[in-house]
Amino acid sequence: MLDWKMDFTWEILPRLLLAAGNTVLAAGGGYAVAVVLGLVFALAQRTRSRTLTFIVRELVEFIRSTPLLLQIFFIFYVGPQFGLRLSPWAAGLIAIGLHYAAYLSEVYRGGIENVPKGQWEAAKAINLSTVATYRRIIIPQALPPALAGMGNYLVGIFKDTPMLSVIGVAELMHTANSIGAENFRYLEPYTIVGLIFLAISLPTAWLIRRFETALRRKMGLTK
Amino acid sequence: MNHDKRHDLSQYALRLEGDNVPMVRFQNVTKKYGSLVVLDGLNLDVAEGEMVTIIGPSGSGKTTVLRMLMTLETIDSGVIYVDGEPLTHMEKNGRLVRANAAHLRLIRSKIGMCFQHFNLFPHMTALGNCVEGPMQVLGLSKQKAEERALELLDLVGMADKRDQHPSRLSGGQQQRVAIARALAMRPKVMLFDEVTSALDPEVISEVTSVIRGLVEQHNLTMLMVTHQIGFAREISDRICLFFDGKIEEQGSPEMLLNDPQNERTQQFLSAVLEAN
Repeated sequence: MLDWKMDFTWEILPRLLLAAGNTVLAAGGGYAVAVVLGLVFALAQRTRSRTLTFIVRELVEFIRSTPLLLQIFFIFYVGPQFGLRLSPWAAGLIAIGLHYAAYLSEVYRGGIENVPKGQWEAAKAINLSTVATYRRIIIPQALPPALAGMGNYLVGIFKDTPMLSVIGVAELMHTANSIGAENFRYLEPYTIVGLIFLAISLPTAWLIRRFETALRRKMGLTK
Repeated sequence: MNHDKRHDLSQYALRLEGDNVPMVRFQNVTKKYGSLVVLDGLNLDVAEGEMVTIIGPSGSGKTTVLRMLMTLETIDSGVIYVDGEPLTHMEKNGRLVRANAAHLRLIRSKIGMCFQHFNLFPHMTALGNCVEGPMQVLGLSKQKAEERALELLDLVGMADKRDQHPSRLSGGQQQRVAIARALAMRPKVMLFDEVTSALDPEVISEVTSVIRGLVEQHNLTMLMVTHQIGFAREISDRICLFFDGKIEEQGSPEMLLNDPQNERTQQFLSAVLEAN
């Protein structure tokens, strides 16, 4: 028998919506870290230095092969032993950013490797510098095909933010747990959390697809 | 990479001086892919303003000649000079050493290249393709770069398509834009690597007439790889026939095409002319 209480729902909704703001902030902040750091990881694996390539490749492999939850705990609880004392927010953003940077670097790498060899040669033939070649020729062409993968990981990072609740970041899951514990009622808070996630994920995925199409058209990559 | 130790560079000049310095010199250039020798001790001089066409069967190393000159391929031994300066090497303490990236960029600026598959930047318009190098590399203002680009797009008959992206252009049109893009860098040497091979027969003349115009009106030094013997005969000062990584025979179009001395040249030409 479903025992849904409407007055309780209205009572906790403002608190959950506020927490949803924190969730979006954590996902956005973590994603910003991941987008930039992922590009650094991807480009570092393309330098001529074999040592650097090796180290970064192994680091990416390591991050991808260990659980995010472990990485969050490690940075937050073990970090202080190495003099790295971070707030839950800082530790959370670094952990989630680093984790998704490893995945995004693979998306970038695929995008960059998809750019035909002739584009590199044409850039060389007009004597563009390496930096200008990446900035003006390669990355703009690597971006549209990478967008779908990047969008998937944006939704992914959003769905993984509940893990930050374990170190006390007051995001949606953390707040829903608190509400449940305070009132001995879990049905409403958890259901609402699920609906909020759905309400953000679905339009985001749709917007990314729209954006990809628009970008391709704007860049003249489709007829 | 370590060929410098095995290969004695002291026999090569630090730079070419005198009255008859060629615009391009390949001196004893060898290129290998693993155990496959693509070019075997190539010696070739191209004079300033000269139009040299390279023909030969596929796999004879003719495209490699252009790609080495554009620094898209490294060489295994020998030295390439451009405008009297070593390209593949540079002077250090009175000796030649392998060129670093900065030296390659400096000398490479004298060379432009057009490719079989055009390789236009698909995310830029025709005009955008032509102003990219002048603005990013030569530091021209947007206005100056566009003036120059429009002049060249006009030269190749593509000024009215300036705002079109490559995906909207035919092969012949794309190749003409690619020629304008290369010329916008004001190279002294232009390389044409099978620029008509990927084109439909009916648009080949769009591109060949542009190249013909360049030969007639500009003092560019040009190297061209082509299968179009007729076109080569018409515009070349000299034709080189490549076989197995070597120049089998070379000479003026009349000499080489009408009166080939070499048996392999005769066989190749009769096969090609029959196909044409």
